[in-house]
Amino acid sequence: MWSFFHRLASPKHFYAFAGRLIPWLGWITLLLMLAGLYTGLFVAPTDYQQGESYRIIFVHVPAAWMSMFVYMVMAISGGIGLVWKMKMADIVAASAAPIGAAFTFLALVTGSLWGKPMWGTWWIWDARLTSELILLFLYLGFIALGSAIEDKRTAANACAVLALVGLVNIPIIHYSVEWWNTLHQGSTVTRFDRPAMATSMLIPLLIMFLAYKIYFFLVLFMRTRAEILDRERNTGWVKQLVTEAS
Amino acid sequence: MTNSLLAAFVVILRRDLTLALRTRSEIANPLLFFVIVISLFPLAVSPEPKVLQTLAPGVIWVAALLATMLSLDSIFRSDFEDGALEQMLLSPHSTSILVLAKVLAHWLVTGVPLILLSPLLGVLLNLPTEAMPALLATLALGTPVLSLVGAIGVALTVGLRRGGVLLSLLVLPLYIPVLIFASNAIATAGAGLEIRGQLYFLAALLALALTLSPFATAAALRISLR
Amino acid sequence: MSEFLHMGGYAFYVWTSYGLALAILLWQLLAPLRQHRQLLARLRRKYRQSSQAGNKS
Repeated sequence: MWSFFHRLASPKHFYAFAGRLIPWLGWITLLLMLAGLYTGLFVAPTDYQQGESYRIIFVHVPAAWMSMFVYMVMAISGGIGLVWKMKMADIVAASAAPIGAAFTFLALVTGSLWGKPMWGTWWIWDARLTSELILLFLYLGFIALGSAIEDKRTAANACAVLALVGLVNIPIIHYSVEWWNTLHQGSTVTRFDRPAMATSMLIPLLIMFLAYKIYFFLVLFMRTRAEILDRERNTGWVKQLVTEAS
Repeated sequence: MTNSLLAAFVVILRRDLTLALRTRSEIANPLLFFVIVISLFPLAVSPEPKVLQTLAPGVIWVAALLATMLSLDSIFRSDFEDGALEQMLLSPHSTSILVLAKVLAHWLVTGVPLILLSPLLGVLLNLPTEAMPALLATLALGTPVLSLVGAIGVALTVGLRRGGVLLSLLVLPLYIPVLIFASNAIATAGAGLEIRGQLYFLAALLALALTLSPFATAAALRISLR
Repeated sequence: MSEFLHMGGYAFYVWTSYGLALAILLWQLLAPLRQHRQLLARLRRKYRQSSQAGNKS
């Protein structure tokens, strides 16, 4: 078991391992997405309060959950790269950032699209949306720092420190935004919080969540493979791989 | 050992203060910026006392945030350029303590004048007198957090030629909790309500920043100087 | 069917959300694929050039 993980730490083995896994992940994502869309759009009943517009949660809420999850993955693998000087962890952290930013952006836009019929305006300083916006800033700062530093190893370590600082800050930011929001909006309940959700609505949500998660690993592996090739371009195994493939 | 560490702390603190006092404009410029930004708001929004009163806590705090941002670079930049920073990392003393000395010097030079100046600006913005102690208290608790968290950002970008805008991208989102609680405390105090909760939260943030940020800054410096 | 597409009057919001989600997810999926392919082609060229240069000398 341990030797398996040790081998994954080497870019060469990770490249091969991820290459074998990618088709499987791709098919699973496709199947789950189709299942989630089918149950979400056809099976789940109409909401008695929000009508059909609530169906946006099936693409919105999983994106919001993933935006937090990806930040955790990014910060933790960055921390591993920082402490144990593991090249693969650095690559994973750098590859996760754009995916996380995309999820965050998706959560923001779909949240706004959901808010328009519910609140009557495109944007409201709702706690969840505001947190998501700040999270997007954190992602963009991470990406900007990574691209500003030329040396890859320095960039990875600097980004890891930033991500860890952000990880400590996220709960604080989240709490303060929630607190600020309850002060300013008083009794208006945020529409995203649904105390008890019917099972027929929960199932498609969970399927979509799973689909997003597998999709994340699919894209993460694809990005890491490209990144590995780029960083290891002067090694023998990449040369062999490229020339044999042609 | 602890004595020599303390001595090193004092030496760095005194050195940074001397250097800062020698170039007075560097202290004065962020303050001037602070005043100008604040005086823009009545011109841009409305000179109506009622409007200014509601805007005041937020405006003062946002201006303080931006003024601190502008002065952050001076914590490590010149020491990075003349190599003093490298010497500091090579010294046998714990880097995080030395970092703390530098951050303290930065706060004494930029944060304290800001606090002293703020009642005047409160008057300009029609802040009610009841809110003045809250303004001072939040600035006293909040500006050290700004310096401490900002130091991490400077340490990460000090090796870059154009780190200025990047620095604000990295640091401003992290300032949000301080901004929320501080400006809310001032507004609440202005309405004559209890603000102990907000102040406790700011104090907790300060304690957290004080314990964690020197380590992060030291780690970031080591990465930037490699 | 048209009732389904109508989404109880919320068609624009629901379908824009789903469309955007699909577009962003697809773009994230295709970008590394293209990058990977381009990188392979570039490396292939680079190795060929360097091996030719090696043969000449």
